Amino acid sequence: MTDPVLSVRNLRVEFPTRRGTLTAVDDVSFDIMPGEVLGVVGESGAGKSMTGNAVIGLLEPPGRIAGGEILLQGQRIDHLPYEAMRRIRGKRIGMVFQDPLTSLDPLYRVGEQLVETILTHSKMSETQARARALELLNEVGIPAAKARIDAYPHQFSGGMRQRVVLALALAARPELVIADEPTTALDVSVQAQIIALIKRLCAQYGVAVMLITHDMGVIAETADRVAVMYAGRIAEIGPVRNVVKSPYHPYTQGLMGAIPKLDSEADRLTQIPGAMPRLNAIPRGCAFNPRCAHVFDRCRAERPELIPLERSAAACWLYDKASQPAETAS
Amino acid sequence: MSTEPLVTVENLGRIYDVSKPWLNRVVERAPIQLLTAAAGVTFSIARTETFALVGESGSGKSTVAKMVVGLVPPSSGEVTIDGISMTHRRRSSERERLRRRIQMIFQAPYASLNPRWRVENIIAEPLRAFSVAQNADEQHKRVGELLRLVGLDPADGVKYPHEFSGGQRQRIAIARALSAQPEFIVCDEPTSALDVSVQAQILNLMRDLQRQFGLTYLFISHNLAVVRHMATRIGVMYLGRLVEVSPARELFRAPRHPYTRMLLDAVPDLDLTERGRKAVEGEIPNPITPPPGCAFHPRCPYAFERCRVERPVLLPSAPASVACHAVEEGRIKPGAGVLEGAVTP
Ligand SMILES: Nc1ncnc2c1ncn2[C@@H]1O[C@H](COP(=O)(O)OP(=O)(O)OP(=O)(O)O)[C@@H](O)[C@H]1O
Ligand SMILES: Nc1ncnc2c1ncn2[C@@H]1O[C@H](COP(=O)(O)OP(=O)(O)OP(=O)(O)O)[C@@H](O)[C@H]1O
Ligand code: SF4
Ligand code: SF4
Ligand SMILES: [Mg+2]
Ligand SMILES: [Mg+2]
Repeated sequence: MTDPVLSVRNLRVEFPTRRGTLTAVDDVSFDIMPGEVLGVVGESGAGKSMTGNAVIGLLEPPGRIAGGEILLQGQRIDHLPYEAMRRIRGKRIGMVFQDPLTSLDPLYRVGEQLVETILTHSKMSETQARARALELLNEVGIPAAKARIDAYPHQFSGGMRQRVVLALALAARPELVIADEPTTALDVSVQAQIIALIKRLCAQYGVAVMLITHDMGVIAETADRVAVMYAGRIAEIGPVRNVVKSPYHPYTQGLMGAIPKLDSEADRLTQIPGAMPRLNAIPRGCAFNPRCAHVFDRCRAERPELIPLERSAAACWLYDKASQPAETAS
Repeated sequence: MSTEPLVTVENLGRIYDVSKPWLNRVVERAPIQLLTAAAGVTFSIARTETFALVGESGSGKSTVAKMVVGLVPPSSGEVTIDGISMTHRRRSSERERLRRRIQMIFQAPYASLNPRWRVENIIAEPLRAFSVAQNADEQHKRVGELLRLVGLDPADGVKYPHEFSGGQRQRIAIARALSAQPEFIVCDEPTSALDVSVQAQILNLMRDLQRQFGLTYLFISHNLAVVRHMATRIGVMYLGRLVEVSPARELFRAPRHPYTRMLLDAVPDLDLTERGRKAVEGEIPNPITPPPGCAFHPRCPYAFERCRVERPVLLPSAPASVACHAVEEGRIKPGAGVLEGAVTP
């Protein structure tokens, strides 16, 4: 059996504040295999970016990893000194963020930025690096790449910039790519192009991808497996087909029903009452219990851990044989 | 119910001067640059109907919305609401009275709510401005009713906007829009900044309110699935022009214009049916120098000679209207939409 590229074990991210310590990521564990896309979904504030930032060692202070471990190809990277981590970022872990302009320097030509990244991470001549830069631009589908390699980022459209960022992320042939909302700012038509591109590159180079987004549609089309986050924890994780088509966790079920669908004539969308709790007011027991239609006594007292279910796992007492109350069997 | 439309938009156009400042123009000999944000936009909205505008970023949706409510003066064309022209320069008392009956809801609820005002004052402002409430007591009572109507607690009135979540702020914006007792609400991407679960709450609320008060909506979104859920009729915009206007169901059952098909194909497939999202070639061209003829021709798989020289106009293709030479000539038939094969009850 092959080993996972990324292995996150019991990750905990905390924010010390004046009024106490907030836990933004609480006991999160997952693996990503070579060539696999793990989608991470959940509503705003669920802890998706925090998890991704912890992996790449870019938590904004005072945020810090307070527990657990992160392994890249079996090697721990969560306690490396800044310099060592900086070398891993870019070389072994590529990054793509929502706003391509955060990854691109407006003052430098696209080609220069690519060449610099390539030279930082591999030994080759300037001419070779430039040839490689051109190859990368072609690979991510920049039309007339040869003519545009010397353009500045602002001369590219949003979709083209995101392609350049992908080219940058892939420049050093990383083992892992963390993409945080890479298509959120793009039109659907461009989004489709970028998604097709991520999938192709993933298959071609066996890169492991952690794809963070709140767009279930993007996940459904791109991911192999999905982790659904709620209030800093994984509520459900499993193969994309299972999570999208037959979710176990009441929160995932609500989330899926809330999405308007092109081919549905439904008059009303499924509605989850209320809102996700703030970090300083996470309910006791199951964090979802005040909004859950299936809530029973145990949910208010004890916090459910992920319970394995066929190929998925869900953190919900409904699936604990011991606690199953007769009236909520659904 | 009268068959007379509530809103009529005729040949509406807006041109922006995006030239460099005068001095730079003279020194650098730069030409005047005009951007056509909207051109020849014509549609009407029946009472209690939801007319939706869709299209990629920059296609002119917000520009049309702002002209319809009178926030941006049109460069050409006319908007008529309930028989009263919104676009005549002369002030008229009729038009002032009309203003109350039209409200707008924007994408970023926070930006449209005054951060220094308590929520009750934000909601009461239209009540005062349009003298809907007679006195302070009545006003207070009305604000409480409105808050309850949009699913908030009347006690929330004393709080400030920053104390609410994004979805709650959009509820406040809706409560404010409703306080003037409007008949017509223009909603520009009302849920685009919200999570799907919050979006579902807001969309359900908007539909409930529409039914309860007989509201008419102009609903703008780039999300086709959201539009599908809300609209009675849909106008598809590309580079400032309507390319297809169609009853909602028909648009999804049998899209006609190649651009509409492209948009539909690009929507992520949640059903994992392997419908196969087609990657689309190219992006929206520069609106300052749009392609001649049909502006879509550089991206259109059906483009032929005529498309490069002659701009297609909206022609009936019952029950829709379509601006496409290939459709007009019958060279492409209404496409298989996303509803094909769907189980019909
Ligand atoms: N500097 C900070 N201090 C305290 N809490 C913070 C700080 N930065 C983020 N948080 C909190 O951490 C939680 C997780 O945030 P995170 O950015 O991971 O969410 P997300 O799932 O990526 O959401 P989004 O979809 O909005 O990007 C949120 O509740 C957020 O309010
Ligand atoms: N005040 C302005 N000055 C100059 N150009 C403008 C102005 N407002 C809009 N435009 C331009 O007009 C075109 C249409 O813009 P508009 O905001 O109507 O598009 P939209 O369809 O609402 O897009 P989005 O989905 O991004 O909101 C764009 O090219 C835009 O850059
Ligand atoms: S544990 Fe209880 S409250 Fe939580 S999701 Fe399951 S049934 Fe609902
Ligand atoms: S007019 Fe021509 S280019 Fe335009 S959409 Fe129709 S076939 Fe395509
Ligand atoms: Mg985030
Ligand atoms: Mg807009």
